[in-house]
Amino acid sequence: MSTDERVEVGTELPTARYELSREDLRAYAEASGDRNPIHLDEATARSVGLPDVIAHGMLTMGLAGTVVADWVGDPARVLSYGTKFTAPVVVPAGAPAVVEVAGTVVGLDAAAGTAEVDLVVTSGDEKVLTRARAVVALR
Amino acid sequence: MTVTVDESFAGRVYPSTGTTLVTADAVRAFARAVRAAHPSHHDAGAARAVGHADVVAPPTFAVTLAQAAEQQFVADPAAGIDFSRVVHGEERFTHHRPIVAGDEVAAELHVDRVRVVRGNAMVTTRTELTLADGTPLTTVVSMLVVRAPEAAPEAEVPA
Repeated sequence: MSTDERVEVGTELPTARYELSREDLRAYAEASGDRNPIHLDEATARSVGLPDVIAHGMLTMGLAGTVVADWVGDPARVLSYGTKFTAPVVVPAGAPAVVEVAGTVVGLDAAAGTAEVDLVVTSGDEKVLTRARAVVALR
Repeated sequence: MTVTVDESFAGRVYPSTGTTLVTADAVRAFARAVRAAHPSHHDAGAARAVGHADVVAPPTFAVTLAQAAEQQFVADPAAGIDFSRVVHGEERFTHHRPIVAGDEVAAELHVDRVRVVRGNAMVTTRTELTLADGTPLTTVVSMLVVRAPEAAPEAEVPA
């Protein structure tokens, strides 16, 4: 996206699909400093009632943030970004989990030069983030 | 049975205990982990070309700075939080100025709200990230849920 002229309410962002392996979770744990073992160790995850290791919610939020930043063309234009976490992304040892991100412009503020984007983030059939919204500067 | 988080902690403020230097390596590693390939995250020259002092942190990088501050409250035995029962409920970032490598970041933690709902405690913290001179960088609002011991697993899920 290079100008705001084409952006209107209803404009859809390009969808993105990410595969997450256990190695990706280890990399996020190192990069973020969040080494909670439920993201790294099956036995710990199961001991607290989870089906398997789960991805950091903040990793999922980060991936969806990348989709918004890539669309707006400059990560510094993401002015605010928030979400609720509603379901975990389960990451089995053998096969990567898949996270899919779609986004739609739901609001425009012409005076401020901003757009509000609503993100739909799913893994399998589950919505893993809800009310995931970002406000971006269009210029 | 309900959790025993001390509701009197609401309103408490934990002043900054020093500053954390944001390194270019930390920005790049975080960007790689969230698949952010924009040159502003990785190439100082590209970042400078669009007006930044150095590589720019991704929109959720601030969590790494806020979580350390949140630990002052979450890990305080007097607060009564059983960390093994903590799940992440909500997170919100408001950026006042992009965080870039070279920033020396101070974090002031505010416990905005503590309430017990159906036996689960919901704790909302706000971390104000600034430069040492007070220049605002990012406001990070985080809501944690401390699950009651017998809460059904599907009532709240870890994130």
